[in-house]
Parts: sequence; structure tokens; C-alpha cells
Amino acid sequence: MRIARLVTSRLVGVVLVLLVVTAITFVIFYLLPSNPAQLSCGKPCTPENLARAKQFLGLDLPWYGQFWEFLRGIVMGRTFGTGADAIVCNAPCFGYSFQLNTPVTELILTRFPVTASIAVGAAALWFVSGVAGGTIAAVWRRKAPDRAIMTVAIAGVSSPAYLVGMLLILLFGFTLGWLPTGGYEPFGDDPVQWFLHLLLPWTALAFISSAVYARLTRSELVEQLGLDYVRTARAKGLGEGAVVMRHGLRNALIPVVTLFGLDLGTLLGGAVISERVFSMQGLGALLLDSIGRLDLQVIVGITLFSAFLIAIANVVVDIVYGLIDPRVRAA
Amino acid sequence: MSPADVTPVLSVRDLSVSFGGSGEADRVVDSVGFDLAPGRVLALVGESGSGKSVTAMSVLGLLPETARVSGSVRLDGRELVGAASAELRAVRGGRIGTVFQEPMSAFDPVYPIGRQIAEAIRVHRRGLRGAALRARVRELLTSVGLPDAARIAASHPHELSGGQLQRAMIAMALSCDPVAIIADEPTTALDVTVQAGILDLLRTLRDTRGTAILLITHDMGVVADLADDVIVMRQGVIVESGAVAAVFDSPASEYTRELLAAVPSLGALGDATEVATPRSGADASPVVVLDGASVAFRRRGTAVRAVDGASFAIGRGEVVGLVGESGSGKSTIGRALVGLVPVASGHASVAGVELGAAGRRERRRVRSRIGYVFQDPASSLNPRNTIGTSIAEPLLLHTAQSAAERTARVRELLAQVRLPADFARRYPHELSGGQRQRVAIARALALEPELLIADEPTSALDVSVQASVLELLEELQRRHGFACLFISHDLAVVRRLADRVVVLHRGRVVEQGPAAAVLAAPAEAYTRRLLAAAPVADPEAQAARRELWRELEAVR
Amino acid sequence: MSAPTDAVDLSARGGTASGRLDLFTQLRRDPWALAGLIVVAVFVLAAIFAPLITAINGQNPYDYNLHALDSSGAPKGWGGGISWRHWFGVEPLTGRDLFSIVVYGGRLSLSVGVLATLVAVAIGVLVGLTAGYFGGWYDRVASRVVDVLLGFPALIFIIALTAVVSANFPRPVLIVLVMGFFSWPSVARVVRGQVLSLKQRTFVVASEAMGAGDGHVLWRQLLPNVGATIIVYATILVPSMIGFEAALSFLGVGVPPPTPSWGRAIGTSVQWFSTDPGYLVFPGGALFLITLGLNAFGDGLRDALDPRTSRRRGILHRIAPRSARTHGRQRKVTA
Repeated sequence: MRIARLVTSRLVGVVLVLLVVTAITFVIFYLLPSNPAQLSCGKPCTPENLARAKQFLGLDLPWYGQFWEFLRGIVMGRTFGTGADAIVCNAPCFGYSFQLNTPVTELILTRFPVTASIAVGAAALWFVSGVAGGTIAAVWRRKAPDRAIMTVAIAGVSSPAYLVGMLLILLFGFTLGWLPTGGYEPFGDDPVQWFLHLLLPWTALAFISSAVYARLTRSELVEQLGLDYVRTARAKGLGEGAVVMRHGLRNALIPVVTLFGLDLGTLLGGAVISERVFSMQGLGALLLDSIGRLDLQVIVGITLFSAFLIAIANVVVDIVYGLIDPRVRAA
Repeated sequence: MSPADVTPVLSVRDLSVSFGGSGEADRVVDSVGFDLAPGRVLALVGESGSGKSVTAMSVLGLLPETARVSGSVRLDGRELVGAASAELRAVRGGRIGTVFQEPMSAFDPVYPIGRQIAEAIRVHRRGLRGAALRARVRELLTSVGLPDAARIAASHPHELSGGQLQRAMIAMALSCDPVAIIADEPTTALDVTVQAGILDLLRTLRDTRGTAILLITHDMGVVADLADDVIVMRQGVIVESGAVAAVFDSPASEYTRELLAAVPSLGALGDATEVATPRSGADASPVVVLDGASVAFRRRGTAVRAVDGASFAIGRGEVVGLVGESGSGKSTIGRALVGLVPVASGHASVAGVELGAAGRRERRRVRSRIGYVFQDPASSLNPRNTIGTSIAEPLLLHTAQSAAERTARVRELLAQVRLPADFARRYPHELSGGQRQRVAIARALALEPELLIADEPTSALDVSVQASVLELLEELQRRHGFACLFISHDLAVVRRLADRVVVLHRGRVVEQGPAAAVLAAPAEAYTRRLLAAAPVADPEAQAARRELWRELEAVR
Repeated sequence: MSAPTDAVDLSARGGTASGRLDLFTQLRRDPWALAGLIVVAVFVLAAIFAPLITAINGQNPYDYNLHALDSSGAPKGWGGGISWRHWFGVEPLTGRDLFSIVVYGGRLSLSVGVLATLVAVAIGVLVGLTAGYFGGWYDRVASRVVDVLLGFPALIFIIALTAVVSANFPRPVLIVLVMGFFSWPSVARVVRGQVLSLKQRTFVVASEAMGAGDGHVLWRQLLPNVGATIIVYATILVPSMIGFEAALSFLGVGVPPPTPSWGRAIGTSVQWFSTDPGYLVFPGGALFLITLGLNAFGDGLRDALDPRTSRRRGILHRIAPRSARTHGRQRKVTA
């Protein structure tokens, strides 16, 4: 009942957020530049591409008309032009690349599995290793395991993913030859190769974040373990393991999950960087290529797509948050 | 039955606890010894820093790792100091149940109450599970006076009241039929009427189950109500011990005498002989007039009336005690008078200014005529400002005085509250609670206010400090003649200071009149219950009050 | 009538202590923080005196030294062409002096990092302070904006932005503004949380009850109390800004050549590091060291300023109930 209300209110919230994000993106990328058609056309810009871009953007319409078409395309799909030249762009239509003659949504969907594989694996790795490291450090605080983990953590916090990634390639790829130095194998083709190719990107991307999570988990858990209810748990006769895991960590995880929700955007950015280091053809590579070609349609499409993705992922995190903290459900 | 006649359940000998270093100075508990007999309540009494809680926690081995414990703690003859952790765990919750001070924070906020009690049972009775376990939890909750056991068991801590939680905590302490219960300030965070119920419950446990209870408290009234034997501690050392009646009747040590003398007394109920006339009386132009004033808050979309149609007045130079339990709206009235919360309907005027109609400038003027002293001296002074800056803040806000004039005034004010002039350069964390409260009083008096609002000014202080702060307030009021709204939950404190009393219950004024009359022979049922529930530091008088309270509860 | 307990307390606490002195001694006892401070100081000095330092060896980060390269464009000699002339070797393809690039690159990283932090802190403190203090619908809107921006894929957005912003607009200024814009929400969130818990402390209410205006309360009562947090947060924000700028340059959308930049050097080294690891090691090491130094110093600063970790209250505080603290806990905004 309460959970249902929570989900509904979050979904209403996310629709609003998506609308605002779309509006801002539209203003920045289509209204502010002096010649969006030129930018959408790409490099080299053929005259027919430019004409199609002009028609596509409906530059003859007033700004609200343009925005309405833009919005409608995302929700219901749209058709550009008429007759034989007509281009059908199915919902959700994030734009159309005139240079590649492909709807942006299609481009994104072919690249997305790569980025998603990197991001999801790295997130799982950093969450688990960060929480585990932080818990160990908190339980043995001011002792050797704590010092060791926190020393690694402060180094980790200061290590950009691309730097770690390149060092990992140098060590495990070139020097030891244990793992591939780059590229991507689809999971469907060969799960083992998929895993081996992703191992280094995951590690590189997870390193910095697991350090952050270890530090947060440690400080939260240390604080929780000093609270009254933990003393109650001990006074019941619970063993130290149950006290830490069932009570302390359970409460300490609440702010950790909050941070996780906020880090999803950073995660996507990190995946973009990792793609570059490990020469994988994901969304990030598509984005950087499109910047090189000045293909505005694709650039905006990817930006919007990732904003949508994060907003929806945030709803999921919010609901999980409501599940683990009963006090939020009541509010 | 004296404790010497029966075998004690718990016997503590020569217990010393120190933290950090090994020197004598770090000793928090020093050579403490006592016996706890079945079916008896032993009270450890003392002010903050006396080592009473540390003593209790060392019995369970629940002190931080840095603690160094020496001496002997025997439970049924088995030594607990230095015992293996598995053995200690079997004792905790199994042989000895524990009840803590703050029921709101003593439960894990993320689990339902029933699950937390079930967990306590499962630790010691592994065989119990499923429906049998749930039935046991419900049975426990019912036995501590929570008839709505199924709902309570399914509730999270934030959904229950302090009294319900403390009863659930007692149910958890009882879950494995312990031989002894350690109750560490079990009622300090609760209202008096709730406290009376909890104390009664503990007494029933002692009588029906023969459970030995180690009661830790700072409140002599609670001791008089519940304890059979008492140990008075100060700075880690036992000052005095003996049967409650004997110690209260003829305290042997100077410290116990001071402690007892510092507790404000209430006097016998139904005794209205000493009705005094108010000091200056309500003259023609009262400082404060409330007429049907209401204050509402919005909570989850619906308006909740914190104060509902309150009417009373405070005359010039008159001290009015505003009495009520938590949530009665007493602090809200104080805040409404300075315009911190708006008066929703009715009239409220201070120094002739109608608050509802007052503009910015007028409201500022009203505020300059009011001094405000808050409950918690630890948080009412800005930690980043020196004492001098804090005291001078009203001068800075409302006068055009030069820095030198302000400094002189601060010096004068510090002298008035009996603090040395060099305190002006110190920071709040360098002062004790009592000193900080004196600073807060000095600040409130800086502009020679017509009205002083004192919101529970002494409830965060130890009794002996409390007595000296009250004495100071009394003397300053006599000297300056300001009107005073004294907000408190403590009837004895109010009785000592106030000319008139206003009793508040759920936002409504239920009774008002001269302090001596209202507090000796109340006309309203609620006031009678409130009075009967407040424990006094006299075992015999308290026994009589307890009977009266039971009668009043029975007719509810 | 002086109360006995008061006298005891007085002697125990002793004379007036200066908070600043405490902080300094505490920092000095923390070897990590001290080392961090030294590293930061070295980098700052190197950045300021970059022309003087590179002049020692008669180098600058712009001149090509094609004679230091072999026919494939890779540096001649060991470690990427390390020699008495080129202490860190030279850049592949151009032969520019890598030591000069690293020293000059610090100028860009530090100034962009500090300026973007200032932008973020200025906006964040303003929004956080007012949202926490005034509450109501303003707080709800501000908190919502903060939540959305915090989760926003900033890097992707900034990359996209570089495509449409006119090339005439100075790139470093753009980067500072955009990074500052995407970073203020975290500052606002922290400051707002602090203000909310400070508002529960009665000295804020007391000030209002005395007739203080909003400005007085915000400026005189609240700001000094969040000051420590802001300083610590800013110290930790600078390295993340430096890393952000380097990431943009690494991806090729940062400050354009020939302005020396660590991130761009690292990005270019992707193609070279199997043959010339030195080209990665020096700029990468510099980036790592300055970040580590700032983080270590920020950590030490936080520990020294955090009343929870200071030893003043001692062990007894651990046993005493601390429910007071749980009340003030900052929760995620669920407006």
C-alpha cells in the first residue's frame, strides 16, 4: 500500500523531471546555436542532407511548435517530409542521423549493450567490494586491516579510471599477456570472452568508486555501531557478527544506497572513458565520433537517452531506498 | 527481608573501571561493591559523571574495548569479569535483561518491534520458531501492559510512543525469564504520567516474578518510589548505601543530604493550607494577554492544533508557571509570544502589542522587550562565538551602543549571574552546563526585559546545579521585577517559583490559579493525575501518592 | 552560593583555548595530512614559477625537438628520451619537452580546479544555506533541482555541449563554468543538511527570538558554523575538479592544443604506451600525486575539524546515549 504510493509519486516526479530535462536540452542544442540545421547535417554536409535537416527540424515553425514536434517524436514517433522522401522515425525517436541515414534510436540500441555491460558490471563490483572493504575496516578500526584498506582507499580515490585502466592494460595485457588489451565480445557470441574482455574495464572503473564506498561504509558503520540500538542488540546476547551485519550494516547501507543513486550519472561518464581506454565501440565512442563529425542529432539523442536512463534508474533506487528504510515509507 | 538474609543473584566486589591510561585519575569507577538480591530493587543513584551507568554496563561486559575492568562480578556464583565472550553472551539477555534510557533510539529503526523481540528470544532459545515464537512475542507484549500486542509487534519504532516502546523494551528484557534486570534510567525520557506506569510495571515484575532489579537513576523521586535499597555514587565512589527508608530518613553523608535538599518538593496532596497571595498581583495592565489563542501546524497536509483556544494573562512582575507534558503545546505558547510561530486565531498581546496585527518593526520591538531562556544550554549558545559576543547580541541588535559600552554591560551582566568577568572571552564548550545556562540568563536580561520566558531552563541539568540556577532566577526576578513565563514539566520546580500556574493538556488550558492552591488541591482530574504521578523524594509520602495515582488510573 | 559542580568543571577545562592552535597541532600530528600539504605546496609553487623552473634547462612546452625522435616518431633513448636536457623525456611525434609540459600543465589543472571549485562553492553555499534556512516550497524546489542535477550524466552533457558552443568562446572559461555548474548541487546538499541540523540547535531560534533578521541569522549564526564544512568540502572538491578537467582533455574535448594539459598528454599516450610508457607515467603520476595530496590534506582537515573525531569528549561520551545525534541526521530529500 505505502510502497504503491511511493512508486506512484516517484513515477509522477520522474515524468516531470524528464519533461524539464528535454526542454532544457532542446533550448541548449536547438534554440541557442545560430544554425542547428548546419550542425545536424554533419561533416561533410551535402546539400540534400542540409535540406532534410532543415525540414526535419521544422525551422519554419515557431519555437514551441518545434519543441512540440521534438517531444512528440520521443513519445509517439514522427515522420519527416512527405511522399517518397519521407523518413519514418519510430517512437521513441531521439533524432535521425542524416550522415549515417539511420535513426538515432537504432544507433544507440546497437551500441548500448557495450556501455551497459561495462557500467552494470563495474557498479556491482564496486558496490560489493566497497561495502565489504568498509565493513572490514569498521570492524577492525584502528587496526591493521583498517589501515591497509584505508590506505588503498585514499590512493583509489585519487586514481582516475583511465590511468588505472592503462596501467592494468600495461600489466595484464602487454607484460603478462593474461587478458585482452581491448575490444568487446558480445555476450551472446561467447560469454567467456565477454567476461575476459570486460574484466579490466570493470576493475579500472570500479577502483575509484569502491574506494569512495569503502570510506563511506566505514564511517557510517562506525557511527551506527556507537548508537543505542546496537548496544541493545549486544545486551540481548547477539554475537558480534549478527550485531554488525544484521543491525549495524543494515542501517549503514541506507546512506550508501543514496550515494549509489547519485552516482549513476558518474557511472555512465566513467563507462564512456573506459570505452576510450579499452577501445570498445559503445555509446561513448559513438558520442565522441559524432562530435568529430558534428552530428548534432546523435549528440543530442545520446544526451537525452542517458538522462532518461539515469532518471528512471533513480526511481528504482528510490524505491529500493523506501524498502530498506521504513521511515521513508511513512513520510 | 534484608539483602543479607538471601543469597544474592549478583554480587559485585571491588569493581574498578578506568579508560585509556592506567593512572588513578582515569578511574571512572573506583572499588564499588554491592549485592543484588532476588525480588528486590537496588538503586544506583548519582549525578552525571558519577559512574553509575559504567558500573551497570561493566556487569554485562558492554564497555568499550579501551575500558580496563578489575575486581569481581559474580552472577549466581559465576565470575563475569574476564569471562569468555560466549559465556557473557549467554548472560546478556538470557540471565540478565536490560532496559535503556531512550526507548526511541534503543530499538533498531529498520525492523518491526516483534521481530526484534523474537530475535532476542531466538538467541537463547534456538528451538522456538514460527507460530510458537510469534505467540511468545505477543504473550510478552500483553504481559507488559500492551493489550494491542499484534499491532505493536508489527510496528516499526517510529510508529510508537515512548511509553509503548519502553514497555516493549521491558518485554524484550523479560523474554528469556532473566533472574535480574538492569534498568538504566528507564523513565528519564518519559512524561511523568507514563513514568508512573512504567515504574508500576517494574514493581509488579519484582513482586510477581521475583526478578532482581538494578535501577540506575539520577531521580530521587524514582528511587523513593521503586527501590528497596539504594547506593549513592559520586565521581566513581560509593558515598552511601543502605535501605531506602533509612537513607532518606537520616542520610549519613553530606553529599546525600545535599542531593536530597536540592530536590524541589511538592508537599502533600489535598493540603491547601499554605495558599499565599501573589507577590504583586495582576494589575490593570498585564504584560501578556492570551485570549482564545490557537496555534496550528500543518502535518502531512492536515492542520494540527498545537495550542487550542488558550486564555490566560501574566501581570507585571508576576511569575506564571506553564505546566504540561510533552506535546501539550507549552513550548509552542512561548514561541508564539515572541512571534516565532504565528497565532492562527484568537488574540495574543505582549506589552500592549497585538501580535497578529503587528508589523515587522513592531514585532522587533516586542522581541526587544522579551528575554528567552531555552532548555538545552549546550545548544542555545553559538559554539563559534565567545560568551561575550553571545551576551552582547541583543545589545547589538537593538541598541546603538559602542563596543566599549557593550563590553561594560556584558561585564555587569556576568556579575549579575555570578560568573567571573573573564568568561566573556571564553567559548561555550569551555563551560559547564550550569554556567552556560547562567550565560543564557545573562543574555536574556541584557535589555532589561519586561517579560522573561524560561522554557524548561533546568531540566537538562543535574539536581544540585538545577537548584542553584533556580535560586539565581528567583533572586534576579525579585531584583528586576520582570514578569516571567516559566515553562516546565516539573511540578515541584514550578511550585517553587511560580505565583500562578496554568496547566496545559493537549493544547488546552485545563486549569489555572494560584500555584499553591492548584498544586495542593487541584480541581481538574487531569491535574490530579499529573500531580499524583510526579514522584517525590520521600518513600513514605511517595507510597501514599502511588496509591492515589492507582485510584485515579482505575477510574479513568 | 556557588554551585560545587561548577567549580569542578572549571578547573577541569582550564584557560581559554584557541581553536586555530588546536587545528594546527592536530594537523601536524597527522603524517598523511602533512605530506599531502607538502605535495600540494610543491605543485602550487611549480605552477606559479613554471617559466623560471623550465628556464633552468632552457626548455619550454611549445618548441618541437624533432632531433630527439626516431623515424617512427617515438622518442630516442631510454624511458621516452630521458636525458640531461629532457628530464622527463619528450613527447612522441613532436619532441616537445615533457618536463615543461608537466610543469605548465599544472597551471591549467590547478587554476581550472580551483576556479571551478569556487564557482561550485559559491552557488552551493548560497542555495544550501537559504534552502535549509527558509524551508517551504523554495526548499522543495531547490532540493529537487539538486537531486536531479546530482544524478545527471554530467560528463556526457558537457561533451555534447562542446559541440555546439562557439569556438570563439574561451574553452577554459567554458570548462570552469560548466564544471562549477554541475558540482554545486553536492555542496548545496551538504550545506543544507548542516543548516537543517543547526536549525534544531536553539541558538538559531534564540537569535530569532531576540529580534534578529534573516540576514543576521544567516550571516552571523549559520555561516560561521558551516564554515569548517565548506572549507573541508572545497579541499576535497578541488581534486575531483582536476580529475574532471583531465578526463575532458583525455577524451579530446578539453582545452585545445597547444596549451599543455596533463589529461591530453595521458589521452595521447593511449596510442604510445606499449612502446613509450614514460609518456604516460609522468603526466599520470603528476595527476595522481596532486589528487592524492589534496585528498590526504582534506581528510586530515576534516578529522581535525570534526568534533566527533576530536578527543575532547573522551570515552564517556561513547557510553552516554547519543540519541540527540540521530535526530539531526540528514535524510535524503523525499519531497
